[in-house]
Amino acid sequence: MTLYWEEEIETLPRVGLESIQLKRLQHLVARVYETVAPYREKMDAAGVKPEDIQSLTDLAKLPFTVKEDLRENYPFGLFTVPMDQVVRVHASSGTTGKPTVVGYTKKDIETWSGLMARALTCAGVTSKDMVHNAYGYGLFTGGLGAHYGIERLGATVIPVSGGNTKRQITIMQDFKSSVLLATPSYALNLAETMEGLGVDPKSLSLRVGVFGAEPWSENMREEVERKLNIKAVDIYGLSEVIGPGVAMQCLEGEKGLHIFEDHFLPEIIDPDTGEVLPPGEKGELVFTTLTKEAFPIIRYRTKDISRLFYDECACGRTLVRMEKVTGRTDDMLIIRGVNVFPSQIEHVLMGTEGVEPHYQIVVNREGNMDTMSVEVEVSEDIFSDEIKKLENLTKRIQADIKDMLGVTCRVKLVEPKTIQRSEGKAQRVIDNRKL
Amino acid sequence: MKVEQIAVFLENKSGRLAEITAKLAEENINIRALSVADTADFGILRLIVDNVEKAKATLKSNGFTVGITNVIAVEVADKTGGLAGVLKTIDEEKLNVEYMYAFVNKTGENAVLIFRFDETDQAIESLQRTGYTILSGKEICAL
Repeated sequence: MTLYWEEEIETLPRVGLESIQLKRLQHLVARVYETVAPYREKMDAAGVKPEDIQSLTDLAKLPFTVKEDLRENYPFGLFTVPMDQVVRVHASSGTTGKPTVVGYTKKDIETWSGLMARALTCAGVTSKDMVHNAYGYGLFTGGLGAHYGIERLGATVIPVSGGNTKRQITIMQDFKSSVLLATPSYALNLAETMEGLGVDPKSLSLRVGVFGAEPWSENMREEVERKLNIKAVDIYGLSEVIGPGVAMQCLEGEKGLHIFEDHFLPEIIDPDTGEVLPPGEKGELVFTTLTKEAFPIIRYRTKDISRLFYDECACGRTLVRMEKVTGRTDDMLIIRGVNVFPSQIEHVLMGTEGVEPHYQIVVNREGNMDTMSVEVEVSEDIFSDEIKKLENLTKRIQADIKDMLGVTCRVKLVEPKTIQRSEGKAQRVIDNRKL
Repeated sequence: MKVEQIAVFLENKSGRLAEITAKLAEENINIRALSVADTADFGILRLIVDNVEKAKATLKSNGFTVGITNVIAVEVADKTGGLAGVLKTIDEEKLNVEYMYAFVNKTGENAVLIFRFDETDQAIESLQRTGYTILSGKEICAL
């Protein structure tokens, strides 16, 4: 039997759902237009007024919001309420120096907690469960976002956060953790560590894993399920929208994750033209928040590639499903959970004397770990007849990249002209991970 | 009395050495000595040839990264202890060797040791003072 957190809304016929969405959207647009100058300016420039939103399809009249808008208004410029009503902020990793900051009112935290509780219920988690929350606690939305949802659900939360893997396993054994929340790669790390310690996952109480925060493949799901002897389900979210709990895979369905549409309105657009695509077509996922107070966002371009399915799900939920995200429109790489932009690596290379602007980033998954190697062509300026000098150069670049990104990579020197030259847009990244 | 040595950057992949030697042969360039230093990812080929400028131009036009460095060629008798004697002197003179390689000349009487020092000029001075024969590039090619 399917478990629901809020059965009425989760199974509401779409007509009813859409009428709620429209009301909320109209209210949101009016409020944002009135309170946030950058939104008002963009809408004025596009010649659209709040009263132009007469149906859900009118959403397409509104301008998009992109990450750059958040940076330009750093830190709190897009908040719609005075700071005394903001009870929490989170931030995502800064990619060009500044992180993007999001805020929550007391009611936002309640909404978010409810959505996380709803998501966990989708995965069959109940108040009887012992939930091992291995998402990182801190500015990252994962740890605390999940934490509040687990408490709201009434389950027991173990706020174990990331790291100290052996201790985590001891805790799993002693506390009888029944649900694991983590990034899928960390789940595999846990499985390997167990193997090393001779701990049989079957001897644990783990039943289900809720995994997200990084792209992962169906193959990886199978591996996690087999190695940890659990059911592995997918959770989706991003801090700009709210954090984890935007969409969640149910135990019954097989075609993606249910988007919690009463709070988040999804669209799929053509990333090049910005045109809204019909259901079932692949494109960039765009979200509009319908209920958030402190930091609502209109038509936020996630850069995640997905599809939307409106057909009925075996679980009985009427909420649209999004296909598991395995790609992005930009070239951002997620290496061991860290966002890496080729431009940052370029920045380091170009700051190294004599290094030519011909480089390539090769990403592989060795075992369960992402590895990144940066290939640099050897010019006469950096070449030496001494091994030592070339090795010092690669070590220096490696250290600079580590300083900048916090990610260890391998720097490989290659012969000149061996990196493919671009015909237009350079192909900087070769991602061999099968996601 | 320095000898010009050509250094070529090589990725560790099959056929690269064959390609370089073939290109040099096409241009009638004779290799007198060579050594390859390698790491897991790359190697450095060092060559003593009879026509440095032509070799450099040939390799560059074939897309290789090429550098020219000064090394010292020391001639010693090809007999037991020949190398040991030179190295002892180098140690006593506190010269720092970056790398070295050796070959035996055609008559088989003498061996030629190629040294890359930190301080090339100082090394020449020290070795000559202690009685060693230092060969020029021309002399090496004439061997």
